[in-house]
Amino acid sequence: MNWLIGAVLFLILAPVAGGLIAGIDRKITARMQGRVGPPLLQPFYDVGKLFEKENVVVTTAQNFYVLVYLIFIALSGALFFAGGDLLLIVFAFTLAHVFLVLGAYAVHSPYSHIGAERELIQLMAYEPMVILAAVGLYMVTNSFYVADIAATTVPAILYLPGVFLGFATILTIKLRKSPFDISTSHHAHQEIVKGITTEFSGSTLAQVEIAHWYENVFLLGFVYLFFSWNPVIGVVAVAITYAAEIFIDNVTARVRWQAALKSGWLAAGILGLGNLAILSYMMLGGA
Amino acid sequence: MSTMAFLKRSPWILHYDASSCNGCDIEVLACLTPLYDVERFGIINTGNPKHADILLITGGINELNKAVVRNLYEQMPEPKVVVAIGACAATGGIFRECYNITGGVDKVIPVDVYVPGCAARPEQIIDGVVTALGILEEKRMKMSGAAQTKEETRHAVGEST
Repeated sequence: MNWLIGAVLFLILAPVAGGLIAGIDRKITARMQGRVGPPLLQPFYDVGKLFEKENVVVTTAQNFYVLVYLIFIALSGALFFAGGDLLLIVFAFTLAHVFLVLGAYAVHSPYSHIGAERELIQLMAYEPMVILAAVGLYMVTNSFYVADIAATTVPAILYLPGVFLGFATILTIKLRKSPFDISTSHHAHQEIVKGITTEFSGSTLAQVEIAHWYENVFLLGFVYLFFSWNPVIGVVAVAITYAAEIFIDNVTARVRWQAALKSGWLAAGILGLGNLAILSYMMLGGA
Repeated sequence: MSTMAFLKRSPWILHYDASSCNGCDIEVLACLTPLYDVERFGIINTGNPKHADILLITGGINELNKAVVRNLYEQMPEPKVVVAIGACAATGGIFRECYNITGGVDKVIPVDVYVPGCAARPEQIIDGVVTALGILEEKRMKMSGAAQTKEETRHAVGEST
């Protein structure tokens, strides 16, 4: 029964938590720039507004793809909080983004296509590191199930510092933050029209936004797994990680896609694989 | 039918420089700086007409960008408002007799709010946008009212047949 409660709670509470996190994010960002910033509930006003607007549709299929994107993001998060198999979750998560890319390709706007191509590059950049993070957690806890990993008494972070740093690197890509916000960004000033969301408006854009809230809560849950042996340290670590991401977002400019791809793969190759190699050597040696 | 008015709390702006001397443009951008920080009111500067609620136009319309302005306006989803900023956007200003100037923004698309000035001050621009929010809200009510009438008519027809 526990798994069902976890999944249902995620589906209901994650949009609330995700929206609040986005609100806090915008407030802190504004303060870092010496501004007052929008109200805490601004992300909810934005999404509410989008539902009030006319939905301009170029190709009907785009709405379907975005809806499926939202469903699969919610599904992968629900599986995660139900304590499911980490590999299945990662694959469902990837599939969701493929639908978003298809939605952006369904229209004829060249800006939308550039966004879609860049989203694919992002997928390639972060995917290896996500898989390595799942493998690393398996090596420490002997289970791919989130329920087992969360219940472990082993401090996974001490065995996986490299994997964690690698994951934090690709987290910047996933949260759509500078310097890796190449497919679309929260800040309009460095955008080619609006990247992957160019052709989405009204309620369709609202769905993309809600999916992003679900996604952020899921990703922060993933960060928590590294610290799950102690819930207090876990929550503090998640908060510090997110604060660091906001800081990085505000002090860096967007890089070119080549640099984003290199960073993702270097993180996976050096930090991720290097960490796992040392870990397996220690395990073989009985250390 | 939603009666909550989120639109007023989250107006996203599209800024287009028709043929401004850049004076008004700089004042528009000043509204986004830490001094005025219009994001306090949920106002965001977007570069995408499909995400915008308010179209800010600076400068008079010239023969070459007539089609561009019309295109931007048509791409914005309803409800939407247009704010003409500065003397040139209102009438063509000191450029009105130039060979390539058509005139004010209202020669091409309907304008809801005129912000006077050369250049318009940031306080005036913010005031213009706030005035525009009231008109935006009226349009939204009318829009949801129209949708409701349509729905009711559809029901009435459905019941009679």
